[in-house]
Amino acid sequence: MGILTDVWTWLTTGSHWTGTGGVLQRLGEHIYLTGVCLLLSCALALPLALWLGHVGRGGALAVNLSNAGRAVPTFAVLVLLSMGPLGRYGDWATIVALVLFALPPLLTNAYTGVREADREVVEAARGMGMTGGQLLRQVELPLALPLIMTGVQTAAVQLVATATLAALPGGGGLGRLITAGFGNYDTPQVVAGALLVAALALLVERVLTLTERLLDPMRRQPAGRTKPV
Amino acid sequence: MSSTAGGGPQGCLAQNDWLCWTYVRTRQSELLDATVEHVWITALSVVIALALALPLAVAARRWRAARAPALGVTTILYTIPSLAMFALLLPVFGLSAAVVVTGLVLYSLTVLVRNILAGLDAVPGEARQAAEGMGYGPGRLLLEVELPLALPALLAGVRIATVTAVSLTTVGAIVGYGGLGNLIYDGMESYFKAQVLTASAICVVLAVVADLLLLWLQRMLTPWTRAGARKRAVRAPAAPSAAAAQDLVGKAG
Repeated sequence: MGILTDVWTWLTTGSHWTGTGGVLQRLGEHIYLTGVCLLLSCALALPLALWLGHVGRGGALAVNLSNAGRAVPTFAVLVLLSMGPLGRYGDWATIVALVLFALPPLLTNAYTGVREADREVVEAARGMGMTGGQLLRQVELPLALPLIMTGVQTAAVQLVATATLAALPGGGGLGRLITAGFGNYDTPQVVAGALLVAALALLVERVLTLTERLLDPMRRQPAGRTKPV
Repeated sequence: MSSTAGGGPQGCLAQNDWLCWTYVRTRQSELLDATVEHVWITALSVVIALALALPLAVAARRWRAARAPALGVTTILYTIPSLAMFALLLPVFGLSAAVVVTGLVLYSLTVLVRNILAGLDAVPGEARQAAEGMGYGPGRLLLEVELPLALPALLAGVRIATVTAVSLTTVGAIVGYGGLGNLIYDGMESYFKAQVLTASAICVVLAVVADLLLLWLQRMLTPWTRAGARKRAVRAPAAPSAAAAQDLVGKAG
Protein backbone atom coordinates (compact mmCIF):
# COMPACT_ATOMS: atom_id res chain seq x y z
CA MET A 1 0.00 0.00 0.00
CA GLY A 2 2.86 2.34 0.88
CA ILE A 3 4.27 2.32 -2.62
CA LEU A 4 0.99 3.53 -4.14
CA THR A 5 0.93 6.53 -1.80
CA ASP A 6 4.57 7.29 -2.68
CA VAL A 7 3.82 7.09 -6.41
CA TRP A 8 0.82 9.39 -5.97
CA THR A 9 2.96 11.84 -4.01
CA TRP A 10 5.64 11.75 -6.75
CA LEU A 11 3.08 12.39 -9.48
CA THR A 12 1.41 15.25 -7.62
CA THR A 13 4.66 17.04 -6.77
CA GLY A 14 4.80 20.05 -9.07
CA SER A 15 8.60 20.23 -9.20
CA HIS A 16 8.74 16.78 -10.84
CA TRP A 17 6.77 18.12 -13.80
CA THR A 18 8.57 21.34 -14.64
CA GLY A 19 12.19 22.26 -15.28
CA THR A 20 15.05 20.38 -16.95
CA GLY A 21 14.42 16.64 -17.02
CA GLY A 22 10.88 17.14 -15.71
CA VAL A 23 7.87 15.15 -16.88
CA LEU A 24 6.69 17.83 -19.31
CA GLN A 25 10.08 18.07 -21.04
CA ARG A 26 10.35 14.26 -21.30
CA LEU A 27 6.78 13.97 -22.54
CA GLY A 28 7.52 16.60 -25.20
CA GLU A 29 10.63 14.71 -26.31
CA HIS A 30 8.69 11.46 -26.41
CA ILE A 31 5.86 12.87 -28.53
CA TYR A 32 8.31 14.68 -30.81
CA LEU A 33 10.42 11.53 -31.39
CA THR A 34 7.34 9.36 -31.98
CA GLY A 35 5.73 11.90 -34.33
CA VAL A 36 8.81 12.61 -36.44
CA CYS A 37 9.60 8.91 -36.79
CA LEU A 38 6.00 8.01 -37.63
CA LEU A 39 5.97 10.59 -40.45
CA LEU A 40 9.38 9.45 -41.68
CA SER A 41 8.51 5.77 -41.68
CA CYS A 42 5.12 6.34 -43.35
CA ALA A 43 6.82 8.43 -46.05
CA LEU A 44 9.30 5.60 -46.64
CA ALA A 45 7.06 2.55 -46.30
CA LEU A 46 3.63 3.45 -47.66
CA PRO A 47 4.53 4.47 -51.25
CA LEU A 48 6.78 1.42 -51.59
CA ALA A 49 4.19 -1.00 -50.15
CA LEU A 50 1.34 0.46 -52.23
CA TRP A 51 3.38 0.17 -55.40
CA LEU A 52 4.54 -3.39 -54.59
CA GLY A 53 0.95 -4.36 -53.81
CA HIS A 54 -0.29 -2.74 -57.02
CA VAL A 55 2.16 -4.63 -59.24
CA GLY A 56 1.87 -7.74 -57.07
CA ARG A 57 5.53 -8.27 -56.29
CA GLY A 58 7.53 -8.69 -53.10
CA GLY A 59 5.00 -10.65 -51.05
CA ALA A 60 7.70 -12.81 -49.47
CA LEU A 61 9.62 -9.66 -48.54
CA ALA A 62 6.61 -8.21 -46.75
CA VAL A 63 6.16 -11.35 -44.65
CA ASN A 64 9.84 -11.96 -43.92
CA LEU A 65 10.38 -8.36 -42.86
CA SER A 66 7.93 -8.63 -40.00
CA ASN A 67 9.44 -11.96 -38.92
CA ALA A 68 12.92 -10.42 -38.94
CA GLY A 69 11.63 -7.37 -37.04
CA ARG A 70 10.43 -9.68 -34.28
CA ALA A 71 13.67 -11.66 -33.99
CA VAL A 72 16.03 -8.69 -33.72
CA PRO A 73 16.07 -7.21 -30.20
CA THR A 74 15.23 -3.48 -30.25
CA PHE A 75 17.45 -2.87 -27.24
CA ALA A 76 20.45 -4.39 -29.04
CA VAL A 77 19.88 -2.29 -32.18
CA LEU A 78 19.53 0.89 -30.12
CA VAL A 79 22.80 0.20 -28.30
CA LEU A 80 24.66 -0.88 -31.47
CA LEU A 81 23.58 2.25 -33.37
CA SER A 82 24.36 4.61 -30.51
CA MET A 83 27.87 3.10 -30.21
CA GLY A 84 28.42 3.20 -33.99
CA PRO A 85 29.32 6.17 -36.19
CA LEU A 86 25.70 7.45 -36.08
CA GLY A 87 25.98 7.89 -32.32
CA ARG A 88 27.99 11.07 -32.86
CA TYR A 89 25.03 12.85 -34.47
CA GLY A 90 22.80 13.34 -31.46
CA ASP A 91 19.32 11.93 -31.90
CA TRP A 92 19.98 10.31 -35.27
CA ALA A 93 20.93 6.90 -33.90
CA THR A 94 17.64 6.82 -31.99
CA ILE A 95 15.62 8.05 -34.98
CA VAL A 96 17.12 5.44 -37.33
CA ALA A 97 16.45 2.64 -34.81
CA LEU A 98 12.88 3.80 -34.26
CA VAL A 99 12.15 4.04 -37.99
CA LEU A 100 13.65 0.58 -38.62
CA PHE A 101 11.20 -1.02 -36.18
CA ALA A 102 8.21 0.97 -37.43
CA LEU A 103 8.70 -0.10 -41.07
CA PRO A 104 7.64 -3.81 -40.91
CA PRO A 105 4.04 -3.29 -39.69
CA LEU A 106 3.53 -0.44 -42.17
CA LEU A 107 4.93 -2.39 -45.14
CA THR A 108 3.18 -5.66 -44.34
CA ASN A 109 -0.26 -4.19 -43.69
CA ALA A 110 -0.28 -1.76 -46.63
CA TYR A 111 0.96 -4.49 -48.99
CA THR A 112 -1.63 -7.00 -47.74
CA GLY A 113 -4.34 -4.32 -47.90
CA VAL A 114 -3.73 -3.63 -51.61
CA ARG A 115 -3.28 -7.31 -52.48
CA GLU A 116 -6.49 -8.30 -50.73
CA ALA A 117 -8.57 -5.55 -52.33
CA ASP A 118 -11.53 -7.34 -53.90
CA ARG A 119 -10.19 -8.67 -57.21
CA GLU A 120 -13.62 -8.44 -58.89
CA VAL A 121 -13.85 -4.74 -58.09
CA VAL A 122 -10.31 -4.23 -59.41
CA GLU A 123 -11.14 -6.14 -62.60
CA ALA A 124 -14.34 -4.12 -63.06
CA ALA A 125 -12.40 -0.86 -62.67
CA ARG A 126 -9.85 -2.06 -65.18
CA GLY A 127 -12.68 -3.01 -67.54
CA MET A 128 -14.02 0.54 -67.24
CA GLY A 129 -10.71 1.69 -68.71
CA MET A 130 -9.01 3.01 -65.57
CA THR A 131 -5.27 3.49 -65.87
CA GLY A 132 -2.87 1.95 -63.36
CA GLY A 133 -2.60 5.20 -61.41
CA GLN A 134 -6.35 5.76 -61.30
CA LEU A 135 -6.86 2.18 -60.21
CA LEU A 136 -4.40 2.56 -57.34
CA ARG A 137 -5.74 5.94 -56.19
CA GLN A 138 -9.49 5.46 -56.65
CA VAL A 139 -9.99 1.74 -56.05
CA GLU A 140 -7.14 -0.08 -54.34
CA LEU A 141 -6.17 2.67 -51.90
CA PRO A 142 -9.68 3.22 -50.45
CA LEU A 143 -10.19 -0.54 -50.17
CA ALA A 144 -6.81 -0.97 -48.46
CA LEU A 145 -7.31 1.96 -46.07
CA PRO A 146 -8.51 -0.04 -43.02
CA LEU A 147 -5.44 -2.28 -43.14
CA ILE A 148 -3.10 0.65 -43.83
CA MET A 149 -4.50 2.36 -40.72
CA THR A 150 -4.01 -0.85 -38.73
CA GLY A 151 -0.37 -0.73 -39.80
CA VAL A 152 -0.06 2.93 -38.80
CA GLN A 153 -1.59 2.14 -35.41
CA THR A 154 0.72 -0.81 -34.79
CA ALA A 155 3.71 1.27 -35.88
CA ALA A 156 2.75 4.16 -33.59
CA VAL A 157 2.38 1.91 -30.54
CA GLN A 158 5.69 0.31 -31.47
CA LEU A 159 7.32 3.74 -31.74
CA VAL A 160 6.10 4.79 -28.29
CA ALA A 161 7.60 1.58 -26.88
CA THR A 162 10.90 1.89 -28.76
CA ALA A 163 11.24 5.57 -27.80
CA THR A 164 10.94 4.44 -24.17
CA LEU A 165 13.84 2.01 -24.62
CA ALA A 166 15.90 4.76 -26.26
CA ALA A 167 16.42 6.14 -22.76
CA LEU A 168 18.73 3.22 -21.94
CA PRO A 169 21.56 4.34 -24.26
CA GLY A 170 20.93 7.92 -23.18
CA GLY A 171 18.21 9.20 -25.53
CA GLY A 172 15.40 11.47 -24.37
CA GLY A 173 11.78 10.67 -23.71
CA LEU A 174 9.71 9.40 -20.79
CA GLY A 175 11.92 6.32 -20.45
CA ARG A 176 14.47 8.64 -18.83
CA LEU A 177 12.20 8.97 -15.78
CA ILE A 178 12.33 5.17 -15.41
CA THR A 179 16.10 4.80 -15.95
CA ALA A 180 16.85 7.76 -13.67
CA GLY A 181 14.62 6.19 -11.02
CA PHE A 182 16.52 2.92 -11.30
CA GLY A 183 19.80 4.82 -11.03
CA ASN A 184 18.74 6.49 -7.77
CA TYR A 185 16.96 3.44 -6.31
CA ASP A 186 13.86 5.64 -6.38
CA THR A 187 11.07 3.08 -6.84
CA PRO A 188 8.19 5.62 -6.69
CA GLN A 189 9.77 7.49 -9.62
CA VAL A 190 10.30 4.22 -11.57
CA VAL A 191 6.63 3.29 -11.14
CA ALA A 192 5.39 6.84 -11.84
CA GLY A 193 7.44 6.96 -15.06
CA ALA A 194 6.13 3.54 -16.07
CA LEU A 195 2.54 4.63 -15.48
CA LEU A 196 3.06 7.71 -17.67
CA VAL A 197 4.60 5.60 -20.46
CA ALA A 198 1.78 3.04 -20.27
CA ALA A 199 -0.83 5.81 -20.30
CA LEU A 200 0.75 7.42 -23.36
CA ALA A 201 0.91 4.08 -25.24
CA LEU A 202 -2.73 3.28 -24.47
CA LEU A 203 -3.81 6.82 -25.39
CA VAL A 204 -2.02 6.64 -28.76
CA GLU A 205 -3.64 3.25 -29.42
CA ARG A 206 -7.14 4.55 -28.56
CA VAL A 207 -6.81 7.77 -30.58
CA LEU A 208 -5.63 5.89 -33.66
CA THR A 209 -8.40 3.28 -33.34
CA LEU A 210 -10.95 6.11 -33.34
CA THR A 211 -9.22 7.84 -36.28
CA GLU A 212 -9.26 4.53 -38.11
CA ARG A 213 -13.03 4.27 -37.67
CA LEU A 214 -13.61 7.87 -38.79
CA LEU A 215 -11.40 7.55 -41.86
CA ASP A 216 -12.80 4.25 -43.08
CA PRO A 217 -14.81 5.28 -46.15
CA MET A 218 -17.08 2.25 -45.93
CA ARG A 219 -17.48 2.30 -42.16
CA ARG A 220 -16.91 -1.40 -41.71
CA GLN A 221 -14.73 -3.67 -39.66
CA PRO A 222 -11.23 -3.79 -41.10
CA ALA A 223 -10.44 -7.06 -42.83
CA GLY A 224 -7.76 -9.37 -41.50
CA ARG A 225 -7.95 -7.98 -38.03
CA THR A 226 -9.34 -9.66 -34.97
CA LYS A 227 -10.39 -6.49 -33.23
CA PRO A 228 -11.61 -6.85 -29.70
CA VAL A 229 -15.17 -5.62 -29.50
CA MET B 1 49.61 -15.05 -33.58
CA SER B 2 48.74 -14.15 -30.05
CA SER B 3 50.16 -10.64 -30.39
CA THR B 4 48.16 -9.83 -33.54
CA ALA B 5 44.87 -11.53 -32.73
CA GLY B 6 45.23 -11.62 -28.95
CA GLY B 7 45.36 -9.07 -26.20
CA GLY B 8 48.52 -7.27 -27.31
CA PRO B 9 48.60 -3.54 -28.12
CA GLN B 10 47.48 -4.30 -31.70
CA GLY B 11 44.95 -6.91 -30.54
CA CYS B 12 41.26 -6.51 -31.21
CA LEU B 13 40.49 -6.17 -27.49
CA ALA B 14 42.87 -3.24 -27.07
CA GLN B 15 41.57 -1.69 -30.31
CA ASN B 16 37.95 -2.12 -29.15
CA ASP B 17 36.96 -3.71 -32.48
CA TRP B 18 33.38 -4.76 -33.15
CA LEU B 19 34.46 -8.26 -34.17
CA CYS B 20 36.88 -9.89 -31.78
CA TRP B 21 37.48 -13.62 -31.65
CA THR B 22 39.72 -13.21 -28.61
CA TYR B 23 36.75 -11.83 -26.70
CA VAL B 24 34.60 -14.84 -27.63
CA ARG B 25 37.40 -17.24 -26.65
CA THR B 26 38.39 -15.63 -23.35
CA ARG B 27 34.84 -14.87 -22.15
CA GLN B 28 33.35 -18.21 -23.21
CA SER B 29 31.95 -19.08 -19.78
CA GLU B 30 30.43 -15.61 -19.28
CA LEU B 31 28.71 -15.84 -22.69
CA LEU B 32 27.50 -19.35 -21.92
CA ASP B 33 26.05 -18.35 -18.53
CA ALA B 34 24.23 -15.40 -20.10
CA THR B 35 22.86 -17.61 -22.89
CA VAL B 36 21.65 -20.22 -20.37
CA GLU B 37 19.90 -17.51 -18.32
CA HIS B 38 18.36 -16.12 -21.51
CA VAL B 39 17.03 -19.53 -22.56
CA TRP B 40 15.47 -20.46 -19.20
CA ILE B 41 13.82 -17.07 -18.72
CA THR B 42 12.31 -17.29 -22.22
CA ALA B 43 11.29 -20.96 -21.99
CA LEU B 44 9.76 -20.65 -18.51
CA SER B 45 7.74 -17.59 -19.59
CA VAL B 46 6.29 -19.25 -22.69
CA VAL B 47 5.48 -22.50 -20.81
CA ILE B 48 3.66 -20.63 -18.01
CA ALA B 49 1.84 -18.47 -20.57
CA LEU B 50 0.71 -21.57 -22.48
CA ALA B 51 -0.56 -23.22 -19.29
CA LEU B 52 -2.62 -20.08 -18.56
CA ALA B 53 -3.71 -19.35 -22.14
CA LEU B 54 -5.31 -22.74 -22.83
CA PRO B 55 -7.94 -22.60 -20.06
CA LEU B 56 -8.48 -18.86 -20.74
CA ALA B 57 -9.12 -19.43 -24.44
CA VAL B 58 -11.38 -22.43 -23.78
CA ALA B 59 -13.33 -20.40 -21.20
CA ALA B 60 -13.60 -17.43 -23.56
CA ARG B 61 -15.00 -19.77 -26.18
CA ARG B 62 -17.48 -21.55 -23.93
CA TRP B 63 -18.83 -18.43 -22.20
CA ARG B 64 -19.43 -15.69 -24.76
CA ALA B 65 -19.46 -13.04 -22.04
CA ALA B 66 -15.83 -13.84 -21.12
CA ARG B 67 -14.58 -13.30 -24.67
CA ALA B 68 -14.54 -9.50 -24.90
CA PRO B 69 -12.91 -8.98 -21.47
CA ALA B 70 -10.27 -11.66 -22.14
CA LEU B 71 -9.30 -10.12 -25.49
CA GLY B 72 -9.59 -6.56 -24.20
CA VAL B 73 -7.41 -7.02 -21.13
CA THR B 74 -4.70 -8.93 -22.99
CA THR B 75 -4.61 -6.24 -25.71
CA ILE B 76 -4.16 -3.52 -23.10
CA LEU B 77 -1.32 -5.51 -21.50
CA TYR B 78 0.30 -5.98 -24.92
CA THR B 79 0.26 -2.24 -25.60
CA ILE B 80 2.32 -1.43 -22.48
CA PRO B 81 6.00 -0.97 -23.48
CA SER B 82 8.34 -3.59 -22.01
CA LEU B 83 10.47 -1.16 -19.99
CA ALA B 84 7.31 0.23 -18.36
CA MET B 85 5.95 -3.29 -17.76
CA PHE B 86 9.10 -4.39 -15.93
CA ALA B 87 9.17 -1.11 -14.00
CA LEU B 88 5.53 -1.57 -12.92
CA LEU B 89 6.26 -5.10 -11.69
CA LEU B 90 9.33 -3.95 -9.72
CA PRO B 91 7.49 -3.06 -6.46
CA VAL B 92 5.68 -6.43 -6.59
CA PHE B 93 8.70 -8.70 -6.99
CA GLY B 94 11.74 -6.52 -6.21
CA LEU B 95 14.94 -6.92 -8.23
CA SER B 96 14.37 -10.54 -9.29
CA ALA B 97 13.93 -12.76 -12.34
CA ALA B 98 10.21 -12.94 -11.46
CA VAL B 99 9.82 -9.37 -12.80
CA VAL B 100 11.05 -10.40 -16.25
CA VAL B 101 9.26 -13.76 -16.33
CA THR B 102 5.93 -12.22 -15.27
CA GLY B 103 6.22 -9.45 -17.86
CA LEU B 104 6.99 -11.93 -20.62
CA VAL B 105 4.14 -14.23 -19.50
CA LEU B 106 1.69 -11.33 -19.82
CA TYR B 107 2.90 -10.52 -23.36
CA SER B 108 2.92 -14.16 -24.50
CA LEU B 109 -0.57 -14.64 -23.06
CA THR B 110 -1.96 -12.09 -25.53
CA VAL B 111 -0.53 -13.82 -28.57
CA LEU B 112 -1.49 -17.31 -27.36
CA VAL B 113 -5.07 -16.54 -26.29
CA ARG B 114 -5.75 -14.86 -29.63
CA ASN B 115 -4.25 -17.63 -31.69
CA ILE B 116 -5.91 -20.46 -29.75
CA LEU B 117 -9.28 -18.68 -30.01
CA ALA B 118 -8.78 -18.15 -33.75
CA GLY B 119 -7.87 -21.84 -34.09
CA LEU B 120 -10.94 -22.99 -32.12
CA ASP B 121 -13.20 -20.66 -34.11
CA ALA B 122 -11.91 -22.17 -37.34
CA VAL B 123 -12.87 -25.75 -36.39
CA PRO B 124 -15.40 -26.77 -39.07
CA GLY B 125 -18.96 -27.10 -37.77
CA GLU B 126 -19.29 -30.43 -39.62
CA ALA B 127 -16.44 -31.94 -37.61
CA ARG B 128 -18.07 -30.82 -34.38
CA GLN B 129 -21.50 -32.10 -35.39
CA ALA B 130 -20.07 -35.43 -36.53
CA ALA B 131 -18.37 -35.89 -33.16
CA GLU B 132 -21.54 -34.93 -31.30
CA GLY B 133 -23.51 -37.36 -33.43
CA MET B 134 -21.06 -40.09 -32.46
CA GLY B 135 -21.89 -39.38 -28.82
CA TYR B 136 -18.84 -37.30 -27.81
CA GLY B 137 -19.39 -35.24 -24.66
CA PRO B 138 -18.10 -31.65 -24.42
CA GLY B 139 -14.83 -32.67 -22.73
CA ARG B 140 -14.00 -35.39 -25.23
CA LEU B 141 -15.05 -33.12 -28.11
CA LEU B 142 -12.59 -30.49 -26.90
CA LEU B 143 -9.68 -32.86 -26.26
CA GLU B 144 -10.05 -35.18 -29.24
CA VAL B 145 -11.54 -32.97 -31.96
CA GLU B 146 -11.30 -29.22 -31.31
CA LEU B 147 -7.84 -28.90 -29.75
CA PRO B 148 -6.09 -31.14 -32.31
CA LEU B 149 -7.69 -29.13 -35.13
CA ALA B 150 -6.64 -25.87 -33.44
CA LEU B 151 -3.09 -27.15 -32.95
CA PRO B 152 -1.52 -25.47 -36.02
CA ALA B 153 -2.85 -22.07 -34.92
CA LEU B 154 -1.73 -22.73 -31.35
CA LEU B 155 1.79 -23.65 -32.44
CA ALA B 156 1.97 -20.63 -34.74
CA GLY B 157 1.17 -18.57 -31.64
CA VAL B 158 3.87 -20.36 -29.62
CA ARG B 159 6.40 -19.50 -32.33
CA ILE B 160 5.50 -15.81 -32.34
CA ALA B 161 5.45 -15.68 -28.53
CA THR B 162 8.83 -17.42 -28.24
CA VAL B 163 10.65 -15.26 -30.78
CA THR B 164 9.17 -12.13 -29.19
CA ALA B 165 10.18 -13.31 -25.71
CA VAL B 166 13.78 -13.99 -26.80
CA SER B 167 14.01 -10.41 -28.05
CA LEU B 168 12.27 -8.81 -25.03
CA THR B 169 14.29 -10.74 -22.43
CA THR B 170 17.20 -8.37 -23.23
CA VAL B 171 15.23 -5.48 -21.68
CA GLY B 172 15.27 -7.45 -18.39
CA ALA B 173 18.82 -6.13 -18.04
CA ILE B 174 17.24 -3.12 -16.30
CA VAL B 175 16.58 -5.36 -13.26
CA GLY B 176 19.75 -7.42 -13.81
CA TYR B 177 17.97 -10.48 -15.25
CA GLY B 178 18.22 -9.97 -18.99
CA GLY B 179 20.37 -12.94 -20.00
CA LEU B 180 22.40 -11.71 -22.96
CA GLY B 181 20.83 -8.30 -22.38
CA ASN B 182 22.99 -7.97 -19.25
CA LEU B 183 26.10 -8.24 -21.44
CA ILE B 184 24.68 -5.69 -23.90
CA TYR B 185 23.88 -3.33 -21.01
CA ASP B 186 27.34 -3.69 -19.41
CA GLY B 187 29.01 -3.39 -22.82
CA MET B 188 27.07 -0.17 -23.45
CA GLU B 189 28.16 1.35 -20.13
CA SER B 190 31.84 0.46 -20.62
CA TYR B 191 31.76 1.13 -24.39
CA PHE B 192 32.91 -2.46 -25.08
CA LYS B 193 31.95 -2.98 -28.75
CA ALA B 194 32.83 -6.68 -29.11
CA GLN B 195 30.70 -7.59 -26.10
CA VAL B 196 27.64 -5.71 -27.40
CA LEU B 197 27.90 -7.14 -30.92
CA THR B 198 28.61 -10.72 -29.81
CA ALA B 199 25.75 -10.79 -27.28
CA SER B 200 23.36 -9.23 -29.83
CA ALA B 201 24.35 -11.76 -32.50
CA ILE B 202 23.83 -14.72 -30.12
CA CYS B 203 20.41 -13.28 -29.31
CA VAL B 204 19.35 -13.26 -32.96
CA VAL B 205 20.74 -16.79 -33.43
CA LEU B 206 18.74 -17.96 -30.38
CA ALA B 207 15.54 -16.50 -31.85
CA VAL B 208 16.13 -18.12 -35.24
CA VAL B 209 17.05 -21.52 -33.72
CA ALA B 210 13.98 -21.45 -31.43
CA ASP B 211 11.77 -20.58 -34.40
CA LEU B 212 13.17 -23.43 -36.52
CA LEU B 213 12.87 -25.95 -33.66
CA LEU B 214 9.23 -25.01 -33.12
CA LEU B 215 8.57 -25.17 -36.86
CA TRP B 216 9.98 -28.70 -36.84
CA LEU B 217 7.82 -29.59 -33.82
CA GLN B 218 4.79 -28.15 -35.62
CA ARG B 219 5.49 -30.40 -38.63
CA MET B 220 5.95 -33.47 -36.41
CA LEU B 221 2.75 -32.85 -34.43
CA THR B 222 0.50 -31.90 -37.32
CA PRO B 223 1.45 -34.21 -40.20
CA TRP B 224 -1.97 -33.69 -41.82
CA THR B 225 -1.26 -30.03 -42.59
CA ARG B 226 1.30 -31.06 -45.19
CA ALA B 227 -0.64 -33.88 -46.80
CA GLY B 228 0.35 -32.43 -50.16
CA ALA B 229 2.05 -29.30 -51.34
CA ARG B 230 -0.87 -28.25 -53.52
CA LYS B 231 -3.37 -28.61 -50.73
CA ARG B 232 -1.18 -26.63 -48.41
CA ALA B 233 -0.75 -23.85 -50.92
CA VAL B 234 -4.51 -23.57 -51.18
CA ARG B 235 -5.06 -23.60 -47.44
CA ALA B 236 -2.19 -21.44 -46.36
CA PRO B 237 -3.81 -18.04 -46.97
CA ALA B 238 -6.86 -19.11 -44.98
CA ALA B 239 -4.83 -20.36 -42.02
CA PRO B 240 -6.61 -19.09 -38.93
CA SER B 241 -3.44 -17.72 -37.41
CA ALA B 242 -2.75 -15.38 -40.32
CA ALA B 243 -5.29 -12.82 -39.21
CA ALA B 244 -4.37 -13.01 -35.55
CA ALA B 245 -0.65 -12.86 -36.25
CA GLN B 246 -1.00 -9.91 -38.55
CA ASP B 247 -2.54 -7.74 -35.89
CA LEU B 248 0.40 -8.29 -33.60
CA VAL B 249 3.03 -7.76 -36.21
CA GLY B 250 5.67 -6.52 -33.85
CA LYS B 251 6.31 -6.31 -30.16
CA ALA B 252 9.86 -5.19 -29.99
CA GLY B 253 9.82 -2.46 -27.40
